[in-house]
Amino acid sequence: MKRSEFADPFEQARNEQGIGKMQDQDDPVTMVLGLKDVRKCAHNWKTFQSGAKPGRIVVPSEVKIRDTRQIPFEVDPPEHGDYRAIVEPWFKRPLEDEYRTKLRAQIESLVDQVLTQEDVEVVSEFSLKLQSRALTLLLNTPYQESDVWIGWGTHVFRSEGEALDGDKASILYDYIDAQIERAAENPTDDLYSVLLNSEINGRKLSKEEVKGVMILTFAGGRDTVINAVTNSIAYFADHPQSLARLRDQPEITNRAVEELIRYFSPLTHMGRVVTEDTKVCPHGHDVKADSRISLCWASANRDAKTFENPNEVVLDRKVNPHVAFGFSHHNCLGATHARQIMHILLETLAAKVGSIDILNAKENIEDLDQFKRKVGFDSINVKFNPR
Amino acid sequence: MAKIIFITSDSEKIELEATSGSVMELAVQNGVQGIDGDCGGVCSCATCHVHVAPEHFAKTGPASEIEQDMLELDDDANEYSRLCCQIEVSEQLDGVVLHVAK
Repeated sequence: MKRSEFADPFEQARNEQGIGKMQDQDDPVTMVLGLKDVRKCAHNWKTFQSGAKPGRIVVPSEVKIRDTRQIPFEVDPPEHGDYRAIVEPWFKRPLEDEYRTKLRAQIESLVDQVLTQEDVEVVSEFSLKLQSRALTLLLNTPYQESDVWIGWGTHVFRSEGEALDGDKASILYDYIDAQIERAAENPTDDLYSVLLNSEINGRKLSKEEVKGVMILTFAGGRDTVINAVTNSIAYFADHPQSLARLRDQPEITNRAVEELIRYFSPLTHMGRVVTEDTKVCPHGHDVKADSRISLCWASANRDAKTFENPNEVVLDRKVNPHVAFGFSHHNCLGATHARQIMHILLETLAAKVGSIDILNAKENIEDLDQFKRKVGFDSINVKFNPR
Repeated sequence: MAKIIFITSDSEKIELEATSGSVMELAVQNGVQGIDGDCGGVCSCATCHVHVAPEHFAKTGPASEIEQDMLELDDDANEYSRLCCQIEVSEQLDGVVLHVAK
């Protein structure tokens, strides 16, 4: 099997039951697997809420390591919409020319750098750097700040062999607290300062609310972007003809970005808390009030009822209604940023890289009880060859 | 060449002309308010929702099944709803009036 092949572990359960079951810290999860069912549950925020105890809709649950509510992520309508309206314009900045120009310069310089190396460990030497540097643009903070975040390593929330690590998470939370204090005393034009100066329903956002937005921004865009970038490098290593095709047909770059994001689905699933006894899937499966479900984006994105050849990367897939960025009210706030990263990355690789050799790789397999899913790589060493 | 008329939720009327591409691309290139096209036109994000003027519905035709699945969960959708990334510009569209949903 090629390194960049990511199997679909959900197929049989999706077709036969429509759900899967997962145990997580004595708070079990019913995983919803089909695309249409996932969409319907995501849309129905009254029955499947996000505004539960902070950390509970994340799988694995973060209730033991976090009290701060992530905003707007862990808030339901109508308050959700008020918060979202505050942050949405800021998170659309990646569409501006100046932002894209800076992002392109970052990515081109990183690709130039790895082209001079004999052996590049992609996760730590490429993807983490790319993600951290790009985040300085999203936050509008000094570029040098990315060195701090790179220094945290790939797992801010996890240590080896453990799903969650409170001590590691507190590094991030303490850092954000300090940055909020810094911005409160000396405001700049960064995201912390903009949020501290924002108003909701006629009052200023509290520091706790600002912290909630910042934790979301750091946490939501780290492993996800790192996996999307790393897995795409593996894909182009196995498919050098796709790099040539992007060079010859740059007009398909957008479709290629969406297809790679569908195929790799960097975030496997996201939870909701059930507010009343009900059913998921039209054909049944009772779920109880105060239990958890998850919306399994990774499974939905391989649903053969909608996607032809779901287990293949079809680089120019024209109709691609994937849910890799979620669906409905809570769709990914950072999607614009992530899409720009991927778009510029693909253009840059096509322009500068002829082929990529994989030297060795260690897969990162997520343990979802009933399912084992390859979500990325713990490490993957490659040699980038220039055109 | 087809003339396409957008009417935004603020009742602004924008007349544009095109020969190829999707209606979403035309709207985004010209900054039509309420058409974001976040996914670039692969029918994944539903940020290009329009209501076709009923008398012009024959010009665009109805939504495909995949589009309908998306629109089914949109509270603003009606029988004339389309995701305009799925409408290709052609002579057939000439004069069509599209009301932007958002």
